[in-house]
Amino acid sequence: MTDKHHNAEQHLREQHLMLDPLPRGQMNDMVMESMHTTSWKFWVVFGILSVIVAVGLFYSWGRLILEGVGIAGVNRPSYWGIFLVNTVFWIGISHAGTFISAILRVFKAEFRRPFTRAAELMTTFGLVQAGFSIFMHMGRVWVSYWLMPYPNQRGLWPNFHSPLSWDLLAITTYLLSSTMYLFLPLIPDMAMARDKSTGWRKTFYKILALGFRGTEGEWTHLRNAMNIFAFAIIPVMFSVHTIVSWDFAAATRPGWNSTIFGPYFVVGALHSGMGAVIMVLAVVRATMKNMKYFIRPEHFEAIGKLMLIISMTWAYFFFNDYMVQWYGGDKWTKQLLHWHEAGPLGWMWFAMLIFNVAIPWATLWNKKWRSNPWIVFVVGLLINVGMWFERYIIIPISLTINRAPFTWRMYEPGIEIPLGIGTLAFFILLYMAASRLVPLVPVWEVQEGQMAHSLKKFGRETVVTVSELE
Amino acid sequence: MIDLNVVGAKGALVEEAEGKWGMVIDQDICTGCQACVTACAMENNIAFVGEEDAGYGRSMHWIRVERFWEGTYPHVKMTHYQPMLCQQCGQAPCEPVCPAFATVHSQAEQVNLQVYNRCVGTRYCANNCPYQVRSFNWRDYNDERINSAIATLKNQYNPDVTVRRRGVMEKCTFCIQRIHKAQDKAKSEGREVADGEFTTACAQACPADAITFGRVDDPESLVSQLARQGHGVKHLEELGTLPRVTYLVGGA
Repeated sequence: MTDKHHNAEQHLREQHLMLDPLPRGQMNDMVMESMHTTSWKFWVVFGILSVIVAVGLFYSWGRLILEGVGIAGVNRPSYWGIFLVNTVFWIGISHAGTFISAILRVFKAEFRRPFTRAAELMTTFGLVQAGFSIFMHMGRVWVSYWLMPYPNQRGLWPNFHSPLSWDLLAITTYLLSSTMYLFLPLIPDMAMARDKSTGWRKTFYKILALGFRGTEGEWTHLRNAMNIFAFAIIPVMFSVHTIVSWDFAAATRPGWNSTIFGPYFVVGALHSGMGAVIMVLAVVRATMKNMKYFIRPEHFEAIGKLMLIISMTWAYFFFNDYMVQWYGGDKWTKQLLHWHEAGPLGWMWFAMLIFNVAIPWATLWNKKWRSNPWIVFVVGLLINVGMWFERYIIIPISLTINRAPFTWRMYEPGIEIPLGIGTLAFFILLYMAASRLVPLVPVWEVQEGQMAHSLKKFGRETVVTVSELE
Repeated sequence: MIDLNVVGAKGALVEEAEGKWGMVIDQDICTGCQACVTACAMENNIAFVGEEDAGYGRSMHWIRVERFWEGTYPHVKMTHYQPMLCQQCGQAPCEPVCPAFATVHSQAEQVNLQVYNRCVGTRYCANNCPYQVRSFNWRDYNDERINSAIATLKNQYNPDVTVRRRGVMEKCTFCIQRIHKAQDKAKSEGREVADGEFTTACAQACPADAITFGRVDDPESLVSQLARQGHGVKHLEELGTLPRVTYLVGGA
């Protein structure tokens, strides 16, 4: 009997990080080790990505600025192309970080603890790529500061009636607040890293730790600040993608002026963002030292469940959007819907539905499958491809159909392709650099969670108990 | 209540439906000769984009002659030629979407103008134009180093009109330089501008006299009289854009 109980307890510990505590010092060392252990393979990938960023992003962007938007594929009527697709895509990716770290924190979902940082880093780095993409798009990027409301002698002011002005403010707010929100829980880990390193790293962490010593007062302030941010950033997150959707929904175009676009875009953002988080976690777990302890099948299982629910929500909003547009009966919208499905890029429309709905539904219902990192990695990848297709359908494909049929014309991407690959490479590059410098696992949060959890015996039953720490 | 027109809020900008300057295009007599397109390009220093870009939907014309066909092959019938230019909307969809206030409504002339040196090139206005009549400077087409064909053509630039750089949007202005010239001349002579005293480049060049330009707020002007004919059509009027161009089709 005792043996059986022992086995049940053992099983629970293996399954759940929160029930499998290690001594603090050992866990800190494990995280430090994961940052310091860098194999030659890392540097090979890092080097290749650096070259891609240098050529694909910076050289191509320089050419774009010097020669004009003509070297991209945009034309009449597709005045917006892959640059805008990528902007929406990267902002979408950035949503997962806030969703995981703020919403799950507010709801006290315990499984979030080991990967909040990994998700928050995605927010910041994703927004950097979104910023690059939107500035690439502009015809005269060197005067883009005119869009900022700054006092000037001529009394010129940006137009606050334009959804693009709302967008600029929303994205800037989101970038600033999410960066602060990334930094706050990082402070205790920076202090931990400071105490455990030497040389230039010591100086680096010393600056970022802001002199954190771990006194009771410091912890209280930190918790208060994090609580405020966690609640305040949720409406910011929802507003950002809603406002991005208004760039389209507020326009006078068939297929765009849809009232459901706000929530549809937010859910789409979460869909691609969760897919991206799970990809990052699978890679981190497979490539970084000691990560198999922190990131376990239970985490993939939990995110997989969320992905399934978000996929269903996305399917609902897609159907709703389609239904209302179709039922509206506008002749241009009818043309457009036909063009989506049966036009030359109809395969993309069907691929979008298969990747965003059919495949997640067919795989994620199964607990065993969604606990497997590589299965969810592939599903997450396909969801991201599907969500990129969705934005491609909304922007350049929908733009080819307008109310002036004489101008209908296909869009063929040009320099957008190297630039898009460049932003992807830069995202991965920033992430790789961060994985060497920043503890990817918020150690103190894991330790805090483990302290709160314990296994208690009630008669013959082993029960998981959680105490409230805050 | 605050009068939003006075404070200049764009969304609230509602004028009388007729505006000030307007145009009538008689599709029944248009021969599709493209003289208007050429004259417009000469008058307004519009860039020649070259064969390749023109073939890819980047030709920069402020007026274009659209052709349509009816029916399916082999029973195809050509419909009327349709010269399409900026409709100088009273409530223009392009105006409120510009984040930099680069596309503005001229209070004095009631036309929609582009401020080239304020444009940052987001191209939102062009997306939002239901007539698709805005044109974008995709490259430095007026730079000899990029477009060698421009070397000699430079000599025929109109000194009254700006030459645009890469990355900015441009559009039909109803030949605002001609409007101003005529107004200045009339003012110096102490009189009003007479109907038909001047006209736009496209109307001037039209050999069939299919384009008429003038004051639509004057019921006696030729353009108002033509627009009053029963068969006048305003394009995409249902969007509430208050277009200033009337198309005559199927009259006689």
